[in-house]
Amino acid sequence: MNRNKTVITPLSEEALAGLRAGDQVLLTGVIYTARDAAHRRIIEGVDRGEKPPIDLRGQTLYYVGPTPPRPGQVIGSAGPTTAYRMDSFTLRMLSLGVKATIGKGGRGKEVREAMVKHRAVYFGAIGGSGALLSGTIKRAEVVAYEDLGTEAIRRLEVVEFPVIVVNDIYGNDLLEQGKAEWRRDAPFKGAYSELPHNGG
Amino acid sequence: MREIRASAITETVARLCQEANYYLPEDVLEALKRARQEEESPRAQQVLDVILQNSQIAREKQIALCQDTGTTVIFLELGQDAHIVGGDLLEALTEGVRRGYKGGFLRNSMVRQPFSRRVNTGDNTPPVVHTEIVPGDRLKITVMPKGGGCENMSRMAILRPGDGKQGVMDFTLRTIEESGGNPCPPLIVGIGIGGSAEYVMYLAKKSLLRKVGEHNPDPEVAELEEELLSRINATGIGPQAWGGRTTALAVNIETFATHITALPVGVNLQCHSARLKTAVL
Repeated sequence: MNRNKTVITPLSEEALAGLRAGDQVLLTGVIYTARDAAHRRIIEGVDRGEKPPIDLRGQTLYYVGPTPPRPGQVIGSAGPTTAYRMDSFTLRMLSLGVKATIGKGGRGKEVREAMVKHRAVYFGAIGGSGALLSGTIKRAEVVAYEDLGTEAIRRLEVVEFPVIVVNDIYGNDLLEQGKAEWRRDAPFKGAYSELPHNGG
Repeated sequence: MREIRASAITETVARLCQEANYYLPEDVLEALKRARQEEESPRAQQVLDVILQNSQIAREKQIALCQDTGTTVIFLELGQDAHIVGGDLLEALTEGVRRGYKGGFLRNSMVRQPFSRRVNTGDNTPPVVHTEIVPGDRLKITVMPKGGGCENMSRMAILRPGDGKQGVMDFTLRTIEESGGNPCPPLIVGIGIGGSAEYVMYLAKKSLLRKVGEHNPDPEVAELEEELLSRINATGIGPQAWGGRTTALAVNIETFATHITALPVGVNLQCHSARLKTAVL
């Protein structure tokens, strides 16, 4: 396991190729925030034939909606939000050139396969560590969709922003690996499959 | 009859919103520290260290523990001999949330018309309010800023009576397995069993008011809490679902009588940033 390797964003092809699920990485450089509402708006714009408000080629998207900064602060609490909600937009984002995403939780199968195809990675940041992560963000500037407030697209300059590689370009998945390594017994002993279930 | 001023309610709610979002409750901190000592996975140990470090930064800098400062869920225990004067109770609570979030630099996360326009209300109102009328002349206010990541992984099912304890366990474990890292483990797992469709979810949420490590007074329920906790921690999901022993810090179960045809089960998950703050007026 690589420990705390520093990687510059936007990520180069070589950097992407060198990352493996489970690697702990410190990101330094520029990343862009975008979450549910911004994703929807970007894709709806592209569908109408408009260009995305920022050039997404090679970029890293951070799924975050920060708290407002206190006077003198760059940004408020700024930890990751749950990534699967962006899954329905992610294939399109990868086609537009996005090379890395940062969030928490896992990604759907389709997205994981598309990341292999597009040679893109998904980083996990620690959910619920927004106060700590805030300190690694040195500049923040709204660059699009200001009316969305916390959901606006921001350009962030980060220094040693800590993440872990969850999905690499080779199809490895940290969540699967972690569970396989640490599971102690079969989860279900009863008639699990027959139980009613209202979501996924 | 004891009088409680609406303006005091507003001030209290504003303060509780901020304190809840800056200060992790002591029992949660203690449970995290204990989990850190017992955790075997080096990666999970690091995650727990970061979570503990984050709570210190939030406390020192008065910055929100998590950027998702939640839906403001308010639990009231209103004494039947208390009389609220000088304003409307719901408006007093709402104004408290408005002031607390604005003054505390907390995020506004509520949107109106959930199925279509989803326009942010701009002040995190309205709160979700649950009121119980109790003996006495006091008003107990508990503010729970509830994050979306864990709330979205809630599940409810009406099992068949014959599914019994095993059915409850399977449904809970399935919920945890399918949630993976989305609700931000290590979790506090709130479970309601019994009542009716809406009441079982209320019980699940209400169970999250209990301190970590406190068990249901009914020994049979307490035993189920213990059994489920050990099964959940055997899944290997671990902190952030990156693998490890600490998937949950506690399982809290509340039960209620139910209909002869039914076995309602509700699961409401709480993330490790288990924010909660209480005051009594």
